[in-house]
Amino acid sequence: MLLTGSQIVLEVLAEEKVDTIFGYPGGTILNIYDALYDNQLGIRHYITAHEQGAAHAADGYARATGKTGVVFATSGPGSTNLVTGIATAYMDSIPMVAITANVPNALIGSDSFQEVYIAGITMPITKHNFVVRRVEELAGTIREAFAIANSGRPGPVLLDIPKDVTAATCEYTPAPPREAPPAPPIDPALIAEIAGLINTAERPVIHFGGGVIGSGASPLVYELAHRASIPACHTIMGTGVLAYNDPLNMGMIGMHGNISAGLAVNGADLLLVIGARFSDRVATKPSDFARRARIVQIDIDRSEINKNIHIDYSVVGDVSAVLHSLLPLIEEKTHPEWQAQIDEWRSQDVAPIASSLDGKLHPYDIIHAVAELAGEDAIIVTDVGQHQMWAAQYCGRTQPRSFLTSGGLGTMGFGYGAAIGAQVAFPKRRVIHITGDGCFHMNLNELCTTVSYHLPVITVVLNNGVLGMVRQWQTLFYDRRYSSTSLHRKTDFAAVAEAFGAKGFHADSAEAFREKFSKALGSGSPCVIECRIDEDEMVMPMIPGGSTVKEAYRSAPVVSQL
Amino acid sequence: MQEKHVITVKVKNNAGVLARVASLFGRRGYNIESLTVSATDDPRISRMTVVVQGDEDILSQIIHQTAKLEESLAVYALDPDQSLYRELLLIKLSCNDTTRSPIREICDIYGAKIVDLSVASMVIELTGTPHKIDAFIEILSQYPILEMCRTGATAMERGDHKQ
Repeated sequence: MLLTGSQIVLEVLAEEKVDTIFGYPGGTILNIYDALYDNQLGIRHYITAHEQGAAHAADGYARATGKTGVVFATSGPGSTNLVTGIATAYMDSIPMVAITANVPNALIGSDSFQEVYIAGITMPITKHNFVVRRVEELAGTIREAFAIANSGRPGPVLLDIPKDVTAATCEYTPAPPREAPPAPPIDPALIAEIAGLINTAERPVIHFGGGVIGSGASPLVYELAHRASIPACHTIMGTGVLAYNDPLNMGMIGMHGNISAGLAVNGADLLLVIGARFSDRVATKPSDFARRARIVQIDIDRSEINKNIHIDYSVVGDVSAVLHSLLPLIEEKTHPEWQAQIDEWRSQDVAPIASSLDGKLHPYDIIHAVAELAGEDAIIVTDVGQHQMWAAQYCGRTQPRSFLTSGGLGTMGFGYGAAIGAQVAFPKRRVIHITGDGCFHMNLNELCTTVSYHLPVITVVLNNGVLGMVRQWQTLFYDRRYSSTSLHRKTDFAAVAEAFGAKGFHADSAEAFREKFSKALGSGSPCVIECRIDEDEMVMPMIPGGSTVKEAYRSAPVVSQL
Repeated sequence: MQEKHVITVKVKNNAGVLARVASLFGRRGYNIESLTVSATDDPRISRMTVVVQGDEDILSQIIHQTAKLEESLAVYALDPDQSLYRELLLIKLSCNDTTRSPIREICDIYGAKIVDLSVASMVIELTGTPHKIDAFIEILSQYPILEMCRTGATAMERGDHKQ
């Protein structure tokens, strides 16, 4: 049938089973929005306050569901406003398709109004991108964009469509979604060799990351860890693969991870790395990381092998497929001595500072209450900084895709947009956005979006009046020279929420927080709960960059004595 | 050990593909000595020859990162013993009646061509391995060099002589 480019865009999105789009209209994308106006394809569009919010929403939607997030934006500033959101998705391997319109072909290259070369700008932050110059190429290119975003190591793809292409017509032939390309073959001899290493290891440790979630392999990691009684630790992106209270789960490793996890990796004779990439926040000193261990890495991306750490054995392939072939060869085992050593290390881990100690409201009280009251089914979304680390430490997650955070890029302002995406994806689940005053100031404009669409996202602001993580570094490494981090803004976040049409609360004690949070849960409305915490709270433990777990701070130094 | 490596990258001949490869190298901080792009017998495919400095780990990273680009079809390092390398040099020298003749003699020995001659200068063309070009420039450097450009290496594996 003869369709316009705009209609073809929507038809192919429907082919790809897309039912949710986040975006923002504008001059060059008018035709696509016009087609959206009377679409019968069951596609819902959510307009945000800012294109960055839309990009984070599409990302949050993808993180929560595993489906590909889709975002629309117009040319020029519309498309550049997506950049941070696309880069965030890229660094965390999140499948996303961004569709931008551009000025008509005839005007491209003439510095016309709202023209920018977004394909050039996004080249290093997308898996791939396209400029679709002819309407005849449009359907095939969109299908290819989805195939690329979803295959191998997932990631964002951008399609830039000149306005005249969205108006031009051509014959459209529907096509079923493409079959996934065949998985790379797995060498049975290599799998047998690795199984042998696991079966004979005396001090094995599993280290897993976001690749396990991307591959849907969480039950397989559980199976492997439990069959061979292997203690496991994870990156921030791996949160929820194993339940926080699983006896084999040592929790997060790295700069703000558990010391026991760091000691276990350093003491291991075999480290099995699954879907993780040794970032500088995990392998704080690469030359010393797991230095007694033979390291086995399973990853879908060949270029991650030997990138930051020397690997002894590697299997390149989909984590699920590799674990499926590995599991039948794994023997049931226990490592009583090793486990006893790990239990001892774990008993010495840094305990959180809680209200029960001094009557003050501490981050632990807040995050712990959120995890308990919102329940296991809730999705916790964070921004970036101290509150993110506290959330990661205390969020008590028991399932994958229930802790959404910008792990790689570390994007302040990510959280609220991502929470919108998660709440749209799961209207019946509780979505809790944990943020700080610095981050929430960046993107709180999206309160209008949750109010407009009746999305009952609950935002918990840990307000310390400072940029806490930067301040923490200034305290520890910059002689308490608090350059540009003492904000002490007058913003009343609860009043801001009310002004947007949401509900606002304040809480200054652990009891008050539990009460206000319960009230917010019952309100069915978007809510903001502002909690005042001390500006000198620190995230502990902390391994300074370039150091090992042995040099970790276990508790915050008393600031007045520095 | 820091070594010179020659990598062949076969890519789809699409608009912007050179920018993608260059952007990847720039972003990851790979040290490119030269990069040439050329047509192949298939108009849909271009061939890049990249000369890079680095150790084995960097070479492996370059190959695997470049292979991830959607438009790259094949990426591999060339075995120096089994490959042919050629580069083109154009060099403009200042000369006079006394120096013209010895320069010509050097050109004869190297098989270089004098492609332009004026009263005070000449332009010489030489094709050869990068080593040969280096040596040629070294010898000519006793004369005033006015301008010079090298294309960078282009390379190809030898045929299989075992069969």
